[in-house]
Amino acid sequence: MNERIFESKIYVLGDNIDTDQIIPACYLNLVPTIEEEYAKLGSYALCGLPETYPPFVAENQNKTDYGIIVAGRNFGCGSSREHAPIALGAAGVRAVVAESFARIFFRNVIATGELFPIEAEKRLCDILITGETIRLDLDSYELTRLSDGSVFSLKNLGAAAPVIAAGGLFAYARETGMIPTRQ
Amino acid sequence: MKTDELNMTKNRQMTLTEKILARAAGVAAVRPDDNVWVKADILLTHDVCGPGTIGVFEREFGRDARVWSRDGVVIIPDHYIFTADEKAHRNVDTLREFVRNQELPYYYDPGTPSYRGVCHVALPQEGHVRPGEVIFGTDSHTCTHGALGAFATGIGNTDAGFVMGTGRLLLKVPPTLRFLLEGDLPDGVMAKDIILRIIGDIGVDGANYCAMEFSGSTIDKLSIEERMTICNMAIEAGAKNGIMAADAKAEEYVRRRTLRSYTPVTGDANADVAGEHRYAAGNLVPCVAGPHLPSNYMPAADCNDVTIDRVYIGSCTGGKLTDFMAAARLLAGRKVTVDTFLVPATAEVARGLETETIAGKPLKTIFAEAGCLDPAPPSCAACLGGPTDTFGRTSGSETVVSTTNRNFIGRMGSKQSSIYLASPLTAAASAVRGRITDPREFI
Repeated sequence: MNERIFESKIYVLGDNIDTDQIIPACYLNLVPTIEEEYAKLGSYALCGLPETYPPFVAENQNKTDYGIIVAGRNFGCGSSREHAPIALGAAGVRAVVAESFARIFFRNVIATGELFPIEAEKRLCDILITGETIRLDLDSYELTRLSDGSVFSLKNLGAAAPVIAAGGLFAYARETGMIPTRQ
Repeated sequence: MKTDELNMTKNRQMTLTEKILARAAGVAAVRPDDNVWVKADILLTHDVCGPGTIGVFEREFGRDARVWSRDGVVIIPDHYIFTADEKAHRNVDTLREFVRNQELPYYYDPGTPSYRGVCHVALPQEGHVRPGEVIFGTDSHTCTHGALGAFATGIGNTDAGFVMGTGRLLLKVPPTLRFLLEGDLPDGVMAKDIILRIIGDIGVDGANYCAMEFSGSTIDKLSIEERMTICNMAIEAGAKNGIMAADAKAEEYVRRRTLRSYTPVTGDANADVAGEHRYAAGNLVPCVAGPHLPSNYMPAADCNDVTIDRVYIGSCTGGKLTDFMAAARLLAGRKVTVDTFLVPATAEVARGLETETIAGKPLKTIFAEAGCLDPAPPSCAACLGGPTDTFGRTSGSETVVSTTNRNFIGRMGSKQSSIYLASPLTAAASAVRGRITDPREFI
């Protein structure tokens, strides 16, 4: 995750998107450290949303067209299942821009290095629309709507940024000498 | 550090959570938002997150690596046990192989007499929860164990893999929110009503990143199992942990279950907290949390017009022996009018259904005579939906009154079903009437 600037179509969600909506419990029999099951988790990302939402991942696909999610408050509340950030990461999501995050989900995102959890200064889920294309710049911490060039500022990731950039908790712990480098 | 600053640190008044973390970090004092490396006493995992945790551990430390402490890793399969799902069986096999290779003494194997059931009820029952200790678990309801004065919090597979290898984890010290409850609970009001009211008041992210500390004469009078119900749902307000100081009742519970020594921790009464909420127990009423958030608080009496299709009594929140005792007390001599599913959390609870009696009748007989479905074997069952053949899983547009902890869309299986969270008493009263019912109608 060295890329700091990316453009993508967005998928917009409201408040309290819980881990059962991100990955329903019937798919927790999949083990994220098994390669083909990791990929399969991507195909189920956000399939627990109410039917009123457009499909996040098309049928028979493992990847989504929406590389960035924009959400309201408390994104990822509920379970500690790491399957949740992994399903999103496996589906090709590179960032979630939310008003706020639930604690364990935020921590799991950092530990796995699957994607960037970014808090916005404004409630962007009321402003942006699913299918729009945006540019996310994690050097300047700005989100730009490409249709009209409007720019929204984001909160700095602070101490968590280098951990995600390194590829997660273990990579960071090795990079910084907290645990020995692997032979 | 200057001498006066050092003294300020040494003399810093700390909450119960801060004191436990300071001790586990080997430092004199911590403050909220400090990042500290904390020593783990227990790492708990189960069949849903265990295989992934083991995968991380072996990937990062090598296939020949040993866990940091054989006594520290406790593995309690409980989620997908009574299912034909092949991957679920493979996952339990993964746990078995790991336990064998690592020679772990604390493994509770499905299909054998050592099988226990729901990890958050089994962990304290087996003596693995001790006051003042630090417990990490790959399950968000690990916060349950704060009821015995431990620091206990849920973590993901990657963090758990790290703990498995190193026995440590980097933690941000949470600010404490204090909840003071005074007075006697009215008849018909249970611990579940307390925590649903609190979550209703502060919201599902009202305690995000915080410790929720519960105290007062109301808490003192609660049984250990009722205390667990409260700490169990701290996560539903976003908390990092729920905690209660260990009193004589807690010590007695622990000493009956383990010979291991431990040193309890007491919080400082004058410690700074981020917020304080006071409740007079006498004002609390039986309640439900309506679909689809645990914060949708409503007095049960206001929901009389909600007709229901089924009642579910089970899980780490509402499947303990005291939960079934409460339900049985209300159901004795009455009939349920909707499908009523009973899932004892653990083997010990299942035994209790046969050995505990009310007016000379075993609970199991009371439930059978009331027309409840035969109790299922202990496991998480339909609390979180699970594989499609899970006992009690919703499959259509059922309206359920459930003693579990979450009522998210699709949580119990079907996205079309509606879940009302309630106490075992409210669940039992609702089962009799076929609509949401305040149990005080029967008391």
